[in-house]
Formats: sequence, C-alpha cells, structure tokens
Amino acid sequence: MRHIISILLENEPGALSRVVGLFSQRNYNIESLTVAPTEDHTLSRLTITTVGDDRKIEQITKHLNKLVDVVKLVDLTEGAHIERELMLIKVKATGAQRDEVNRTADIFRAQIVDVTSTIYSIQVVGTSAKLDAFLAAINGITILEVARTGVSGVSRGEKVLSV
Amino acid sequence: MLIRALHDEGVELIYGYPGGAVLHIYDAIFNQDKVEHILVRHEQAATHAADGYARATGRPGVVLVTSGPGATNAVTGIATAFMDSIPMIVISGQVDSSLIGSDGFQETDMVGISRPIVKHSFMVQNPADIPNIVKKAFYIATTGRPGPVVIDIPKDVTDPSKKFKYSYPESVKLRSYSVPAKGHTGQIKKAVEILLAAKRPILYTGGGVIQGEGSALLTELTQKLGYPITNTLMGLGAYPATDKQFLGMLGMHGTYEANMAMHFSDVVLGIGVRFDDRVTNTISKFCPGAKILHVDIDPASISKTVAADVPIVGSVTSVIEDMLELIKSSDTKIDRKALDLWWKQIDGWREKDSLKVVPAENDVIKPQQVIQCLYEITNGDAYVSSDVGQHQMFAAQYYKFDKPRRWINSGGLGTMGFGFPAAMGVQLAFPDAVSVCVTGEGSFQMNLQELATCLQYNLPVKIVCLNNQALGMVKQWQDMQYGGRYSHSTYAESLPDFIKLAEAYGHVGMRIEKLSELKQKMTEAFALKDRLVFIDVMVDPMEHVYPMAIKGGSMKDMILSKTERT
Ligand SMILES: Cc1ncc(C[n+]2csc(CCOP(=O)(O)OP(=O)(O)O)c2C)c(N)n1
Ligand SMILES: [Mg+2]
Repeated sequence: MRHIISILLENEPGALSRVVGLFSQRNYNIESLTVAPTEDHTLSRLTITTVGDDRKIEQITKHLNKLVDVVKLVDLTEGAHIERELMLIKVKATGAQRDEVNRTADIFRAQIVDVTSTIYSIQVVGTSAKLDAFLAAINGITILEVARTGVSGVSRGEKVLSV
Repeated sequence: MLIRALHDEGVELIYGYPGGAVLHIYDAIFNQDKVEHILVRHEQAATHAADGYARATGRPGVVLVTSGPGATNAVTGIATAFMDSIPMIVISGQVDSSLIGSDGFQETDMVGISRPIVKHSFMVQNPADIPNIVKKAFYIATTGRPGPVVIDIPKDVTDPSKKFKYSYPESVKLRSYSVPAKGHTGQIKKAVEILLAAKRPILYTGGGVIQGEGSALLTELTQKLGYPITNTLMGLGAYPATDKQFLGMLGMHGTYEANMAMHFSDVVLGIGVRFDDRVTNTISKFCPGAKILHVDIDPASISKTVAADVPIVGSVTSVIEDMLELIKSSDTKIDRKALDLWWKQIDGWREKDSLKVVPAENDVIKPQQVIQCLYEITNGDAYVSSDVGQHQMFAAQYYKFDKPRRWINSGGLGTMGFGFPAAMGVQLAFPDAVSVCVTGEGSFQMNLQELATCLQYNLPVKIVCLNNQALGMVKQWQDMQYGGRYSHSTYAESLPDFIKLAEAYGHVGMRIEKLSELKQKMTEAFALKDRLVFIDVMVDPMEHVYPMAIKGGSMKDMILSKTERT
C-alpha cells in the first residue's frame, strides 16, 4: 500500500541526509519527497510517499522516530487527509492540438501558465492520481518536459501535526 | 574548552591518537591533569579500547582522533559499538571550516561516513557551542538504547585564541528525543498473565539486560518464577551461568537444551534481545507453538524480525519491577505440575551433554580444554574479552559467567581485532582486575600493535591465543559446506613466532603444546600479575564448534558433532 508520511524535522544541517540515508540503508523506497521550512524556521516539514505492507510501514515510522532530528511524524494515510501535488508540464502545441490541450486543461482545472507559438506550459494541481490521469489524457501530444513537486499533505479536520 | 567540558561531564580517560586537525586539543590535554589520555597505536584500537571500557564499566568510552585517516580508521570501532548498543563518544578533528568541501588535506566527510553507524552526530560550528554539544552527545549516547555519537570539530573551532564565556549546562532537553521510561501497565499485566499461565515457558534475554543494568532484577524474576532461562551471546552474565535454571547460551552455537527448549516452548519472554538471525535460525520456523512477549527499550527492535504477541517498550529495570509487583498480586497461580513436566523434558535434553569435550590423543590440547582451564585458574571471575572466530564461541560456551559486564565481545558486527584493545580498555578501567583476551592467531594479528600501548601504560593483560594455525571458523564452514576446500584460510607456514613477538615488545611470551602442561603453565602465566603475558596455546587444528544450527532449519535442527545431528 502507498503511504504518505509527514515529518517535522529539526532544521539542522545533515538532518535531511539522515532521513534519506535511513531509507536507502534499510532498503525502503521513496516514491516522492518534499521538504521546506515551516512557519517556525527551526522546523522543516518533510513529506515522503512510500509503499510497503503494514509491517514495513511500522518499521519505517519506528526508525524515523528514532532519528534524533525527527520531532514528530504522522502517517497521513491512516486517516482522512488532503494530498496535493503540483506538476509543471511543457508540451508541443500547434494547430488543432492547441484547442485539444486547452480543453483537457479545462477539464482538469489546470492552468496554462506560459505560451509561445508552438508551446504550452501547464500547471496541474491535485492528487498524484489526478496528475497521472492528466498525463494519460494528453496522450498523443508531445511532452517536452515534466516537473512534479512530489506529494504534500495534511490531515482533514481538527487533527494537526505540530510541536 | 573541549577538555574542560569532558572533565565537567565526568570523563576520566580518553583514548586517542594525535594529528594536525586536533593539535589545539592535544595542547589543551598537555596543559591539564584531570583527563587522562591513553595513546594507542592505531585509531581502530582506540575505539575498541573505549568500547571495552564502556562494556566493563557501563560508562561511555571516549575517543579522540584526527581528521581524514584518523577518522576513517575509527569507523570499524564505531560500527562495532553501534551494533552492540555501546555508549561511546568519538571526537574527530576536521579541517578548518573555511576548507570544508574543498578536498583539503586530510579532509573526509566524517559525519557522512559515519551516518549509518552512529546514534547521532554533530558538526560543531562555533566554539561557544562546544559545552552544549558535549552535554547533548553524552546524553544521547548513554540514554535509551545506547550507542556511539560522533562530534566532528573543525580545527579553527578549537583555536584557543577564540575566547568565549564558558559554562557547562547542567541538563539538556531535546524536543526531538525522548527516552521511554516505564512500560505500558496494561501490556505488562497482559504479559504477566500469559507468563503465569504458561506450561512450557522460557526466558530469553540479551545484551539489553546488561546495558540496562537489569541483571539483579532479572535474576530475582527468574528465580521467583522457577522458569528456565537462556542468554544470547551478548547477554552472558546477565543471569548466573552456574545456576541450575540456566540452560546455557542459545542460537547458532547454543546448547542443545537451550535451543530445544526455545523451540518447544509455549511462552517466550524476550528481554533486551532483538531476535537476531544468529539466534532464531529460519524465522518462519521459529518457536512454532509459542506466544512471544517482548520487552525492549527500542520500539524499532520489537516485531522487527519476529512479530511480538505482547510488545512492551520500556526500560528493563522498570518493566521487571512492574512484573514482580504484578506477579505478587496476580490470582493466576503457576501450574507447578506442568512446570515439573517441562523441567523433566529439559533435563532429558540436558543429558545429551552437548558441550561434552572428547579429549584428544597424544597429549594434544582441545581448545575447549583451554577455556575450562582458564575458568578454573581465574575462579570464574576474570574479565574475558574475546576476538572473533571459533575461540570466541568456545569462550562463550565454556567460561561460565556469573556476573554481568565480564564477557566483552563483538557480537553484532563480529569484528576480528576487537578483543585485545578491548581487554586493554578493561584493564585501564580496573587496574587490579584480571583482564584476559581470548583470541586466535588470526584475530590477534589485526591489532597486535597495541602490545606497545600495554608496555607504555603497564597493562598486564593476559592473552590466551587458541592457536589452530588457521582462520578456524572459516575453515570449519569450508569443511562443512565447501568439501574441505581451504580457500585462503590456512597459513601455518607463515605464522610469526608469537613468543619472540611478545618479547620484542618487552613482554613475556609462553608456548603450551601439551595437555599435560596446560594447567601448570597457565597458572605460571597468571601468576605474573604485573606483566603482560602472551600465552600461545597450540590446539587441535581440526576441531569444530558444536552444536551448530542447520541452515534453513528451525532452532531444534542442530549438528551436534562430526557424526551426529538432531
Ligand atoms: C575484520 C574481520 N574480517 C573477517 C572476518 C571473518 N571471519 C570470522 S571468523 C574468522 C577467522 C578467525 O580466525 P582466528 O582469529 O584465528 O580464530 P579461530 O576461528 O581460528 O579460532 C574470519 C576470517 C571477521 N569476522 N572480521
Ligand atoms: Mg585461528
């Protein structure tokens, strides 16, 4: 199963490498990773998506918790949550394709953020699945470049991850 | 400032080796007399000596090395300590802050290199941070599941011309690090009920009991219950080996009765153990009929390999104390009849006498006889540090440790070269105690340069070398699994004369070749109380360690001798 683990990490040099190192050292895989400081500049928030059965995920969270730099973490997929990922995608768009791309972008509530006579740059925001679906939908259009941020997320409702 | 902080932390001894990046620190050492520095002859030995000191005393070992090669030489010792959860502080010099990242002379990324083998690490950026970082490092290294902590210090940070107002913090608080204290009462209650209702129970305990200072309580619990107990290689001494409830060590080279009792038990109480593959044999066949109760301070150790039915996270002492209380107040009475039957079954297994020594012919010495002799002449009361190989297993099997912290060996990493420097660290911790290193001629050659250190500091370590003229453990596997093809495991024709070697370093060397002389000569050697004696005992080179677990089997599957298996 796919899990989204959100971590509050001390904003210290070397902290990120400890988290990433743990995954490679213990043979866990990282599907995506995002990291940036939070409103409190001594803390970074890290979101990792990974796959594994319950046992593996339990081990991953236990080992992450053992890292001295990890202040707190939550497995967002354990409860209701909101996940978002942002994708910038640059496609070739000429002639009839321009309309087609436009329509597809509309359907996905994507925005065309840059235009040249032959190229569209599009921004898509949503779950990773939605981003995948968008890529599938423009199948047939020449993709020049894709940049995805990886998943970020929060729990729904009252539940918060904070110190 | 660094040395002052170490002193304020209560450090009396550090093991180290100087170099460019730590010269300011060495100058500070020169100018004081509170912290004693021991000059080793190789940084790896500094880490093992500090490790031996820590295992014997329970206090953290402290190491000081220079940048680059000094730091990388320390890596094996850090990994050794990490695998066995030994508290250690390694201070490594680093090039000037301004040079970091430039591939400067003797620059290595020590924080990076050591990352997977430390509990935590620090890179000091400001001189004023030193006291705080030292305090934090000791706190992290010694609490919870202990482990090594690296402090990497760029040379400019220790520059004495950089003054700051020094004050050593009294305590530390880390928002991201907490130490589990008491176990969950509900869980402990549940475990106690299962334990009391058991018909074929066994206690399986390990290094965590020793590290957690839980030996006395464990002994009380075990004797109150009247249940059988087995220790891991790391846990020897946590329960008195001469007591009748003790079944010996379990695992790959454990006794027949310990492994059989584990396999056929209905309740296993694991305390301070990690269900290591050298214990469990094939996980899917492990203790098929048993409920697993697992107590450990490290949540990540629980259900890592074997799923626990009742996991309890907490310190060994607090959990056992709670258990003792709950046993007193519980209405469940131990089923004495079932327990009697269980002990009868165990006594049947004991009759196999799996550690029976069959004497050789022609006055040839069996390695097991050397350990038996050592046990006798030291009255079972020595500190025994071991290297890695057959001799290590013989020492674990035949030296009956009644006290914790007497058996000092590299269990998790299995580091050849560990034993001698560790014995040196033990001797420095306890100058009047008998510190023995049981080694093989292979392992000893990995850190023999420390003979010089022992001369310099008058350390009368007794080195008992079970000389089988081969990398015996490797050769044993080649005998058993590779048709006796001894690929690079023998070197009889090129062994040094260890007697002359010991003498060249200013020590005493002694060779024993006949069984009939063993006891008398060993006694002579140990009578030389103030001298380091290298005792080169020529033993039967064809001997194997038995019992031995059969790969792919369960714990009851063992090879018992060259001709017998279960
Ligand atoms: C540093 C290191 N290298 C290799 C090994 C693999 N190894 C395990 S036991 C052993 C043989 C040890 O020989 P010796 O010290 O003579 O002990 P014996 O088994 O003969 O008693 C070897 C090579 C190891 N454990 N550590
Ligand atoms: Mg040997």
